[in-house]
Amino acid sequence: MMTDLTKLTIAGARDALRKGEVTAAELTQSYLSAIDEAGALNAFVHHTPEIAEAQAKAADARIKAGDAPDMCGIPLGIKDLFCTKGVPSQAASRILDGFRPEYESTVTTQLFDDGAVMLGKLNMDEFAMGSSNETSTYGNAVNPWRRGNDDTALTPGGSSGGSAAAVAADLCLAATGTDTGGSIRQPAAFVGITGLKPTYGRVSRWGIVAFASSLDQAGPMTKDVRDAAIMLRSMAGHDMKDSTSADLPVPDFEAALTGDIRGKKIGIPREYRMEGMPDEIEALWQQGQEMLRDAGAEIVDITLPHTKYALPTYYVIAPAEASSNLARYDGVRFGHRAKLAQGEGVTEMYEKTRAEGFGAEVKRRVMVGTYVLSAGFYDAYYNRARKVRSLIKKDFEDVFAQGVDAILTPATPSAAFELGKEVSDPVEMYLNDVFTVTVNLAGLPGIAVPTGLDRAGLPLGLQLIGRPWEEGDLLNCAYSLERAAGFVAKPARWW
Amino acid sequence: MLDLTYDAPKPKTIAGATGDWELVIGLEVHAQVATAAKLFSGASTQFGAEPNSNVSFIDAGMPGMLPVINEGCVAQAVRTGLGLKAQINLRSAFDRKNYFYPDLPQGYQISQLYHPIVGEGEVLVEMGDGTARLVRIERIHLEQDAGKSIHDMDPHMSFVDLNRTGVALMEIVSRPDIRGPEEAAAYVGKLRQIMRYLGTCDGNMQNGNLRADVNVSVCRPGDYEKYQQTQDFSHLGTRCEIKNMNSMRFIQMAIDYEARRQIALLEDGKDVVQETRLFDPDKVETRSMRSKEEAHDYRYFPCPDLLPLEIEQDWVDDIASGLPELPDEKKARFIRDFGLSDYDASVLTADVDNAAFFEAAAEGTDGKLAANWVINELFGRLKKDDRTISDSPISAPRIGQIVRLIKSDAISGKIAKDVFEIAYTSDRDPEEIVETEGLKQVTDTGAIEAAVDEIIAANPAQVEKAKANPKLAGWFVGQVMKATGGKANPKAVNDLVTAKLGL
Repeated sequence: MMTDLTKLTIAGARDALRKGEVTAAELTQSYLSAIDEAGALNAFVHHTPEIAEAQAKAADARIKAGDAPDMCGIPLGIKDLFCTKGVPSQAASRILDGFRPEYESTVTTQLFDDGAVMLGKLNMDEFAMGSSNETSTYGNAVNPWRRGNDDTALTPGGSSGGSAAAVAADLCLAATGTDTGGSIRQPAAFVGITGLKPTYGRVSRWGIVAFASSLDQAGPMTKDVRDAAIMLRSMAGHDMKDSTSADLPVPDFEAALTGDIRGKKIGIPREYRMEGMPDEIEALWQQGQEMLRDAGAEIVDITLPHTKYALPTYYVIAPAEASSNLARYDGVRFGHRAKLAQGEGVTEMYEKTRAEGFGAEVKRRVMVGTYVLSAGFYDAYYNRARKVRSLIKKDFEDVFAQGVDAILTPATPSAAFELGKEVSDPVEMYLNDVFTVTVNLAGLPGIAVPTGLDRAGLPLGLQLIGRPWEEGDLLNCAYSLERAAGFVAKPARWW
Repeated sequence: MLDLTYDAPKPKTIAGATGDWELVIGLEVHAQVATAAKLFSGASTQFGAEPNSNVSFIDAGMPGMLPVINEGCVAQAVRTGLGLKAQINLRSAFDRKNYFYPDLPQGYQISQLYHPIVGEGEVLVEMGDGTARLVRIERIHLEQDAGKSIHDMDPHMSFVDLNRTGVALMEIVSRPDIRGPEEAAAYVGKLRQIMRYLGTCDGNMQNGNLRADVNVSVCRPGDYEKYQQTQDFSHLGTRCEIKNMNSMRFIQMAIDYEARRQIALLEDGKDVVQETRLFDPDKVETRSMRSKEEAHDYRYFPCPDLLPLEIEQDWVDDIASGLPELPDEKKARFIRDFGLSDYDASVLTADVDNAAFFEAAAEGTDGKLAANWVINELFGRLKKDDRTISDSPISAPRIGQIVRLIKSDAISGKIAKDVFEIAYTSDRDPEEIVETEGLKQVTDTGAIEAAVDEIIAANPAQVEKAKANPKLAGWFVGQVMKATGGKANPKAVNDLVTAKLGL
């Protein structure tokens, strides 16, 4: 029997399970205990130990029978945005109070079919809108990392902040995340883990509470690149129930991890060198380029000329889609419904229910989205944004057409910041997405890899952006970067 | 090609205090697509099911649910487009129309504003007086129907039935080419007829499977022609839209009321306000539902859950090759091949089931006679019983048998009516009825002659009277027919009586 089961990776646990060195039940118990002790992180918002134990038992039987996929017996945390049958699935919103879906999302179905174990549901920003996890109805999750001996609470990032905190604090082997503008990659970078946003259409959106349908994509948040490859394979694949899911075969991404990137062309976009970017980020980016060059890649300067329009474009398109996607939360069929006074009717029911059920950030985005779609403004905002979006997409296509295999950028403009610091300034908060939104707008795969620590001892990450549908190639570049960076730091346990 | 030529009907004019006014009408017809499943979910479209029993998670707007297009609905829209001789768009796209209502669970209707599946087409609307209007179709798009809100079951609560939520509709938008209430009703009737032929909509207006929004405006004589020349709507008056009409009669009543209301306003020096109105059939008036200012801002935008809909020309060609004969062609063929009158051909082709019944009855025999029997005898009898052709107790081949029995002189037209009645009520075979009941016409002149002789011999006084007044010969004919149980060939009897009486 191994000593500290929670320090394993998916790959390590898989091998140990198959060798009989550990059982899924033991593994699960270790994580359930770790979760119990980590209340201060507020990462898990719904605990499902009964489900976990039953799934672990079934996994052990499969492993014993020799019929065990890679994810069999792997304890996971599931972002609250995923609908999980019979389990609260609230997108961290009050408006979904008491909602327990009668269906299971495609992603969790596939993971569970492969034998994965659900430990519980993870905290997040309400409806995935936020970059600090502070818009959650459950209160924010907390970053397990601290600045040296300074006990100031830091954000785990967002929106997949609970997922990030849980993986970094070893409360699960890996977690699901979703990424609309950076919601996997930014929190992954803030807590020193790997976060992969696949190509749009690679992973089914069915059963995931929608934020911005043309941008949303689920992906793995894992302890390393290999785990991301293993977990993505289980999550991905064509789904007849999602018209935007691609009918493409799912390759063995793990098999792509050769570490050999000799001759690969890595693009460095000059537009990502932002005014006022901390020198530590700049230095990290330089180091990343050197690591990849040392590994045999060719580093080339590239231009993505429409980058500066990406953030405003994103903050038109995402709220527009959100304003429509969130119309269904009306108090009629499920979730929260406001109490009405005598004589009040359906209009008051909508107004009060939505006023009580949605938090400030969600309301702000619904209002922005409603505005940009309204008659007289549609062309100036939404239609203009769609056109710019296609130019941003074309920027990437041009670069890939020139033979670039992947693009290296910083993952975030800073390390994890203090909770409460940016929540009052939405624009400041939105700037967190500056390096990540372009990837969503263009539908490309992107991965955040922990690469170093800042002076305060907080993790920093770099982002690699790949060609559409070439997650294997992208993961291999990330694997090479990961090996060169040799990032092994863990947060000192304080919780 | 159609061998049918028509003049355009005169526009309906209404005399006002300041002169004549003409009507200009355009319609948006909502036709429920005849398919087993809804537009974006697998739920059933069956009418009359228990409330909220035909509802999937998608229809109920549950979190994380996504629409997937039903290929059958797309095929039906294409079929309808082809039936209306319309442009089929190989690439179309779906948009969201956003508004809040409890019977709209998603908070938006998925429709096709910017890129409809069917483009321009046309429909010939016959007015029954030899005139016909060619109405241009602007577009047909696919969209989801909403559910049903029920406000009158409880004093304090409203109820919602989502069975209809997400059922596929085709919205057929006409140009403002319709010029009167009767034309509007005839236009809806023609669309209904064509879609029933195509099998793309059952046309059941009572169940709400065919509904129309009617746009009405009025203008002075000559203005419409200016519009036609320039396609500039400013020559036409301000329009009002009357929503959700599900009866041909109400459509006509509403248009007539609305036109007169607008004329009264204009003649009073007031303006017609562009707005949405509802027709109240009890009070026979239209009432403002919401003005332009109160109009919803639907915030249309492309539905990000659905990729643009791309179809192949080969697939469209396959559908085209499987199209049935349409009403105009069928009518022309009935006139040409069966020698029917325009009127009879219209009656028989009005409904696809009638036309099919007639063709089965006319097979291998006199089409004109068969048409008479179907229209006059059968339709009359069905109407008396409040039945439709689809539940006729007598089959088309049996009508054909009766026609054949008449044609072969086996029975007279009069006996045929008795045979029809027996066959209709007792589900028996006409040939068997004639055989069993001994109704075969007597054409043997010997037998008839004997009967004539007998009657003449027995009624000398009548013979004298008849010789003085030849019209009384009919009395002898009647007596002979009576004596032969109606089976004697009336013409033979008549000839013999005339000869024997020396008239």
